[in-house]
Amino acid sequence: MGLPEAHVTPSEVIKVAWDGVAVNKVRSMLTMLGIIIGVAAVILMIAVSAGTEATIAEQINSLGANLIFVSSSFGGMGRMGGQTTGATLVYDDALAMAELNGVASIAVEMPSTQLVKAGNVALDEVSILGTTPGFPSVRDMTVTSGRFFNETELERTSKVAVLGYGLAQELFGAESVSGQSAIGQTVTLGSTKLTVIGVLAERGMVGDTDFDARLYTPISIIFKYLIPSRFARMMGDAVRLVYVETESQDVMDDVILQIELLMAKRQEVPVEELTVNITTQQDIIETQESTTAAFRSLLAWVAAVSLVVGGIGIMNIMLVSVTERTREIGIRQAVGATPSDIRRQFVAEALMLSLVGGLIGVAAGVGGSWLFGTTSGMRTVVAPESILMAFGSAAAVGIFFGSYPANKAAQLDPIEALRHE
Amino acid sequence: MARQPIIQTYGIRKVYGMGDIQVVALDGIDLQIDEGEFVAVMGPSGSGKSTLMNILGCLDRPTEGRYLLGGEDVSHLDRAQLAAIRSRRLGFVFQSYNLLPRTTALNNVMLPLLYQRDGKLSTAEREEKAKLMLASVGLAGRIHHDPQELSGGEQQRVTIARALINDPLVLLADEPTGNLDTRSGQEILALLHELHDRGRTIVIVTHEPGIAAQTERIIRLRDGRLESDGRDGSAGGARDSF
Repeated sequence: MGLPEAHVTPSEVIKVAWDGVAVNKVRSMLTMLGIIIGVAAVILMIAVSAGTEATIAEQINSLGANLIFVSSSFGGMGRMGGQTTGATLVYDDALAMAELNGVASIAVEMPSTQLVKAGNVALDEVSILGTTPGFPSVRDMTVTSGRFFNETELERTSKVAVLGYGLAQELFGAESVSGQSAIGQTVTLGSTKLTVIGVLAERGMVGDTDFDARLYTPISIIFKYLIPSRFARMMGDAVRLVYVETESQDVMDDVILQIELLMAKRQEVPVEELTVNITTQQDIIETQESTTAAFRSLLAWVAAVSLVVGGIGIMNIMLVSVTERTREIGIRQAVGATPSDIRRQFVAEALMLSLVGGLIGVAAGVGGSWLFGTTSGMRTVVAPESILMAFGSAAAVGIFFGSYPANKAAQLDPIEALRHE
Repeated sequence: MARQPIIQTYGIRKVYGMGDIQVVALDGIDLQIDEGEFVAVMGPSGSGKSTLMNILGCLDRPTEGRYLLGGEDVSHLDRAQLAAIRSRRLGFVFQSYNLLPRTTALNNVMLPLLYQRDGKLSTAEREEKAKLMLASVGLAGRIHHDPQELSGGEQQRVTIARALINDPLVLLADEPTGNLDTRSGQEILALLHELHDRGRTIVIVTHEPGIAAQTERIIRLRDGRLESDGRDGSAGGARDSF
């Protein structure tokens, strides 16, 4: 045909399309709802997965890949099956693990909850973590003032304490963390007085644990003063978790096997009946990933379904619009609009609906990600490319679902259209 | 002959319906309308005058026969090409005005310029042109009014301004005074006369003998054929002159 292009400039197409949308504000708004939800879901979905990825990356960085976690299956309540009762994982087990081939270092954890007093400040239910000098290194904690306790203090059950950042502020005031004012002070746990020798740098929440609200003390203090066990002499002191750091990632499987055999021997049960959990960083990441993957695919479905439903809504309303404006189409045709001019006008209008919906959806998605991040504790990171992607899918939906009504409009017979009431 | 032929039709037939039932709306129309003529098409309903106007207006194509508009054969063009012809060569005035609602007189008059394919103008130039055109139909003071704010006569003037904005070869008016009171109707007719005096070729469809009588030439249709042509008093006059 080789017809030259019509005069209609992009700005006029946009203006006419905008007028078409603005004439029926409520209707347009309702039509856009599907797109809004879809686009918001796309952004939220990507924000959640990006947030999870960032968290995982952070954990790998902070913990190192060659770390094995050994924990008691029954929260340290009792050994099953054997003729003895007591803890499933004890301090001596941890010491034995330290001697295994390929093990670089270990750290041990045993928690308690105590009333903590310092001067005239008393805090109830403070989380106390009895641990070993290797703890700051495996959990990537640094000391902001003073120092962490050492092996000698652990062995001698020295009455020392290292405070989490937030706890130090609560006990000794906000300025205590920067200066030395907390160091050398006395804190009282129940009836045990400990001397503060260090304050840890701020760490924040990791998972659901607030690392800054805890008091760290030699694990021997826990055994001796806070939760002395009647079976300690026989069985050893119960611990909740042992971190085993291997010399390299290659020996991980070998070390895990050694730990299993060691524990089987010490507990006098077959390996299958062991009551300890042995997990690695990799296992934890996989669990987290599978949870977020489920969540993500749910959101992806919500996004896809909303976009399709939104698209059908747009198609529906555009078909109504074509019918309502049949006469207008006839007029435009009579004064020289070609079928492609008409088609372009209606595609532009559908596109306008989906893009305005997309814009609102982006705002809702960014706002929703922020809200979701602050209320659920799940980290969200809004990626700029997710906004582009969401916008792009909205545009694609507009063009795809707008084409059918637009083609219908373009194929109208001018005589019929002009006669339309 | 000094005057150029604007419209030439040769044996135009228009048949509606496929298969068994066929309705012949036009049955061999030979017609010639020259530059500067003021022609009225009359005929009872069902005579085919609307069909003829649609074909002359390039809104429809004849089933058979040839139609030359300004010497260009437009009988077999596709829809897009017909649209381009309407844009370049034709101006329409409708009985019911057919102005875009919620759109100012100025923007209504500018509408055909939007779809123009040659001699593109800037927005400012188009506005200027539309303003001049509205002024020439006596609506200089009403350019920013929407159609619903204008009287019938004023709306019809806007339609005429819109029809003339692309400087068409011929102005096609379908019952232009049909919706107007006598006085407004006379004013519109006076405007058409004025345009004719300035050399504009005009074809109007009307069923009012009083209006037809004011034109130079009356073409009567009956049952899809030319019953009489005021040019030479008989049907088929156009063919003779060719």
